[in-house]
Amino acid sequence: MCGIVGLFLKDPGLEPRLGAMLTDMLITMTDRGPDSAGIAIYGRPLKGHAKLTVQSPEPAKDFKDLADDLAALIKAPVTGAIKDTHIVLDLPSDRLDDARAAIATLRPTAKVMSAGEGIEIYKEVGLPKDVAARFDLVKMSGTHGIGHTRMATESAVTTAGAHPFSTGSDQCLVHNGSLSNHNSVRRVLKRAGMTFETENDTEVAAAFLTHKMHEGANLGEAMEATLTDLDGFFTFVVGTRNGFGVVRDPIACKPAVMAETDQYVAFGSEYRAMVNLPGIDTARIWEPEPATVYFWER
Amino acid sequence: MQVFDLEAQGLRALNATLHTLNGQTNETAWEIVNPKGSHAIAVGVDAPVDITVRGSTGYYCAGMNKLATIRVKGSAGPGVAENMMSGTVIIDGDASQYAGATGRGGLLVIKGNASSRCGISMKGIDIVVDGNIGHMSAFMAQSGSMVVLGDAGEALGDSLYEARLFVRGSVKSLGADCIEKEMRPEHLALLADLLKRGEADHLAKPEEFRRYGSARKLYTFNIDNAASY
Repeated sequence: MCGIVGLFLKDPGLEPRLGAMLTDMLITMTDRGPDSAGIAIYGRPLKGHAKLTVQSPEPAKDFKDLADDLAALIKAPVTGAIKDTHIVLDLPSDRLDDARAAIATLRPTAKVMSAGEGIEIYKEVGLPKDVAARFDLVKMSGTHGIGHTRMATESAVTTAGAHPFSTGSDQCLVHNGSLSNHNSVRRVLKRAGMTFETENDTEVAAAFLTHKMHEGANLGEAMEATLTDLDGFFTFVVGTRNGFGVVRDPIACKPAVMAETDQYVAFGSEYRAMVNLPGIDTARIWEPEPATVYFWER
Repeated sequence: MQVFDLEAQGLRALNATLHTLNGQTNETAWEIVNPKGSHAIAVGVDAPVDITVRGSTGYYCAGMNKLATIRVKGSAGPGVAENMMSGTVIIDGDASQYAGATGRGGLLVIKGNASSRCGISMKGIDIVVDGNIGHMSAFMAQSGSMVVLGDAGEALGDSLYEARLFVRGSVKSLGADCIEKEMRPEHLALLADLLKRGEADHLAKPEEFRRYGSARKLYTFNIDNAASY
């Protein structure tokens, strides 16, 4: 079991409330995943800027002077905003790849959670309400976001094993289920040049999508390919800089409910995750069909 | 009318209260407000009472129901009326996967669509769905009847035993050992009764349906040995 929540806003008026709405949904899904929780939130990109979200088990040590050290290394202005065990580094977007690579050298114990123009990922071990409080998720604004509550089955309960997984710029994926052919898919992707941080099955699914999109597929085409190439149980919710997608395996035993109004598209593992959303009583509510790709892009 | 506010009073209090009811109660009409998708609403009721849930429910609503009439004024999550024994459960909206699973008796009516695995392993329950049903419905269904006014998904009635399946629309595919069968007068009469009890006789006529059942090649039933079973 695991819990997934997602919100893709159509009404910019709701953007300041994105974090609050997602946090409420995430906490409702605690019963489905009390091990760890995570959230990917997409803000409106600032022209020329990119963000690198970095996590460390020793934030006091690793985050001290990190922005300055990185600025010196990539020879560009960098500012940092610390949130508990995570730091969001703001830097010129053309320096993002160099900055991402530099973190491993500068702070070997730290891990890059996400990189991109809009995305920030926060994830930790613990109850969803505690994780949300540590990062003050309630106050975050943005255009769309995805959250996950984890009940681990395929790998250890660690920060790195929590969802969302991000394997490409501004991309992320969360998963309810378990994949049975992730080792063989990982081998294929490694040969194609992808790198992996964990032994987790979901990271393979995220990397699979990144690889497909790198080869030229759009979000919908990449998600379609999961139906033929990935074996196992899955409900995936995927985020890109301007998009939001959902796909379930053909057996579709992992639950999923969607709601759409003029203001938003929402996803929940269960309907109760969505009961406090504005206008839910008159929303179009449906269960996504098995082996069917749904995606929205702005 | 007894009104129970689920948000204020809680699930355990609700089900404990409903479990104290029996055939002698005068409190025969109940309304549950603020269900908000909660799980296990009105599970294990064993009394001839009327219960209306004002909103959508989560997992296992009306599970193991006996005697009661339970109406959900919304949609139902997975496993609604699972293992129902008797009584009636009516869902005004859609039902998620495995609605009516393993049901032994009673009537389940779904006014919207039902998802995958509707009536899986049904053992005597009758199910009437106004809309469509998803894949693997009536998998290993043993007895009882399923009436679908819309379409059926893939692998209908896979590994079917003796349940009777009636579908008005298309069937995407039949499961192993499930075949179309001739509609005889007794089936039309059965359908007419099910449509009436299922509040669907104004929506469809018995002669618009096709009947599906077991080819009896997969399981070991042999009519010559009927007395031995």
